[in-house]
Amino acid sequence: MSDSAPVGTPPSDALARRRGVREGLLPWITTPILLAALIGLWHVYVKWSGISHFILPAPADVWTEWLRLMTNPRGWNHTYWTLYATLAGFGWAIVIGVGLGVAIARVRWLELTLNPFIVATQVIPKVALVPLFVVWFGFGVTSKVIVAAVLAFFPILTNTVLGVKSIDEGHRDVMTSLNATRWQIFRRLELPSALPYIITGLEVGIVLAIIGAIVGEYLGGNLGLGRMLIERMNAFEMDEMFAILIHMSMLGFLLYFSIGILRRLLIPWHGSARR
Amino acid sequence: MDHVPMSAEQPAIILSGIEKWYGTRDRPVHALSPTDLSVAEGEFVVLLGPSGCGKTTLLRMVGGLIAPTSGRLTVEGQLLWQGEQRRPEAVSELGMVFQDANLFPWLSIEDNIALPLELKGMARTERRAKAHELCRLVGIGGFERRWPRELSGGMRQRAAIARALSYDPKILLMDEPFGALDAMTRDAMNLELQRIWMDTGKTIILVTHSISEAVFLADRIVLLSPRPGKIDTIVHVPIPRPRRSEVQSTRAFQDIALALRQRLAAIS
Repeated sequence: MSDSAPVGTPPSDALARRRGVREGLLPWITTPILLAALIGLWHVYVKWSGISHFILPAPADVWTEWLRLMTNPRGWNHTYWTLYATLAGFGWAIVIGVGLGVAIARVRWLELTLNPFIVATQVIPKVALVPLFVVWFGFGVTSKVIVAAVLAFFPILTNTVLGVKSIDEGHRDVMTSLNATRWQIFRRLELPSALPYIITGLEVGIVLAIIGAIVGEYLGGNLGLGRMLIERMNAFEMDEMFAILIHMSMLGFLLYFSIGILRRLLIPWHGSARR
Repeated sequence: MDHVPMSAEQPAIILSGIEKWYGTRDRPVHALSPTDLSVAEGEFVVLLGPSGCGKTTLLRMVGGLIAPTSGRLTVEGQLLWQGEQRRPEAVSELGMVFQDANLFPWLSIEDNIALPLELKGMARTERRAKAHELCRLVGIGGFERRWPRELSGGMRQRAAIARALSYDPKILLMDEPFGALDAMTRDAMNLELQRIWMDTGKTIILVTHSISEAVFLADRIVLLSPRPGKIDTIVHVPIPRPRRSEVQSTRAFQDIALALRQRLAAIS
């Protein structure tokens, strides 16, 4: 892994960096243009097709509702609970996923005995279990945290296992010849070496955690953006429903990009952190 | 006749009856038949042979990475293997350099070099200072803060040598350290290695399959033959030090190289 770079001096760094900067700017230009085009299309379609307001509201109305949502403390309260369920569930998923992943990757019999059960938790349609969680853990935030954690832990686990198993044998030889203790091998070799894999697991996991939290809110309780969305839909308040939908997506983007920032902070040495 | 530096002290490494079998009970592979060898303090020994002759196996047993099936191995007077169990106190005098530099890509060059010191609990400023000093010794001064991927293959290998030297072991074990480098870099690295060896007075065992590298570097060349691996002949290289690149065109050098080449052709 360390030796994948070409032999010789690095090819003119400045040039590569300049090209990187130019490519890095591209989405900042294209995204607003594409977004504006999409909203324009939406606007034109609603205006000319005469589609019912209850099927597709106009973007301007959705915008008004979103602004109201943003200035409404009730809206922020729901956002807070969704965010709380997502992050708490995600936190548990990290602890269980990384912990179990490291153990499974190191201990062969543990992998053999636990694997059927881990796969079982994934092949059962988890969304179908949500009502059961509501029965078991109540209508409060706990059941949402658990749904988020159950959904998010699997990609974190599998990526951690892959990461720990992908450690370079030559690197292991170095640590062995240096008389490193088990803890030192974990802290100085296994963890940093598996980190790019784990972060990839986190990227998938955070998205699933939001889905888990929102689906949990759909099915029970009276808090969270999911709950709010269902209420608005039942009331046929489509403007507000769309506003909540957009609000949820933005929350998702925010969390996903936070992991991207984490990637750059934690593994600046890795190819995936470079643009 | 024997020019090998023989001092009153004990040899740095003693192998007696060291043997290695690989594989399962039904399909065993005899990697190394019982071997005796002793290496003097400060000596430069090169293990040379075709692939499958057990030279890397031999080195890895001395390095504490694989257990011998039987035999007795002492390093600086300490028994290295107690059955399958490696005795950690005997390993501390060994530094290993592999064919790949095996630098950790998440550590800067200085942190890679200082890794052994960090594992031993040395303070950060102290080990950084040591890393800087070593960077200068191996000729990569100024690259302390770079990532390994930013260095060329030869420079990475220099860093790997610095890492092995960082905790000042008496013995350096090198497993085809320049095998992955181009011929020109390799010649330069051989000169560097000779200089480092003369500066530090380490005992070095180096594995290679390059005859010219072996003759250029060694006090003593141990030629191994394959299937099963065993010591075929031991050749002394009485060419004075420091040897310069031009030594390769001298008569003495070429005679030894030719004899080795003929013997290698006969055994492989």
